[in-house]
Amino acid sequence: MIESLFFMNGYGQYVWLAFSFTLVSFLTLFLIIKTQYNKEKNKFIAKFGSLNSEKAAFARSQSINKDILSNTSSI
Amino acid sequence: MFKYFEPSKIFSITSRAPKYVLFLFIIILSIGLTEALILSPEDYKQSHSVRIMYVHVPAAWISLGIFSVITILSIVGYIFKLRNFFLIAKSLAPSGLVFNIIALVTGSIWGKPTWGTWWAWDARITSMLILALFYLMYVLAWRIFEDNDKVFKVTSIVTILGIINVPIIKYSVDWWNTLHQPASINILSKSSIDISMLFPLLTMTAAFALFSLLIFLMKYNTELIKIKNKGLDRL
Repeated sequence: MIESLFFMNGYGQYVWLAFSFTLVSFLTLFLIIKTQYNKEKNKFIAKFGSLNSEKAAFARSQSINKDILSNTSSI
Repeated sequence: MFKYFEPSKIFSITSRAPKYVLFLFIIILSIGLTEALILSPEDYKQSHSVRIMYVHVPAAWISLGIFSVITILSIVGYIFKLRNFFLIAKSLAPSGLVFNIIALVTGSIWGKPTWGTWWAWDARITSMLILALFYLMYVLAWRIFEDNDKVFKVTSIVTILGIINVPIIKYSVDWWNTLHQPASINILSKSSIDISMLFPLLTMTAAFALFSLLIFLMKYNTELIKIKNKGLDRL
């Protein structure tokens, strides 16, 4: 059964190539977008940390900023 | 109605949703792959090569769907000056482009055993390649132009021009004599595909749709954080 799944009457190379390409594309896109996300989030945390207490309190009053700083916004 | 699309209202949802979408995507993809590679029957003409359909067709459908949504968002966003609509459209583009590339490459791989060639300048394939170029132009426009008004205008023009190609892709197999087979699935009339193949096809389509939703959410959150980073600079 394993052999039949692998060779598929001689079409296995095409089928596996198509599925592999799709899954590799998914993984690559996911990693690129996740890297971009982490980069921006880390930049935000660093900038937020450098604010004085008055500015930090003002920034924290915005709900989006609070969500970004919380752990819930990570995958 | 548009006020419900305000980033401050939806970020709390979009920031929490990806992990659930990822979980659901992995489950649906696992079911879809089992059906597509093991459980579904081989075709009486194309034998096992028909299994390529389960990645090729959903990728093509979703890339066409995403481009249509991007166009609607760009037009509505431009008319009503809704910046967030452009942000949603921008966040949809990466997955649309990747699905378009997947449709082209898997179509080419499928072409070799069925037509005897990796590529043909057939109406369907060529029009899909043109769509990929429009996607590229759209993504590049966001990278090239920094001024918001200019990028909104350019991306709207690109999508309006690109959307003309979408019905051409859909009807190319009916209008011209093409190597590409006509549609097997019709919403308005009886489909020629058997249920044993339709079920895995729809499962894989659901998995691909969930993946594009996942990428959209991650990209949209990234774009919002980018804007908030600029906001912190101005404090």
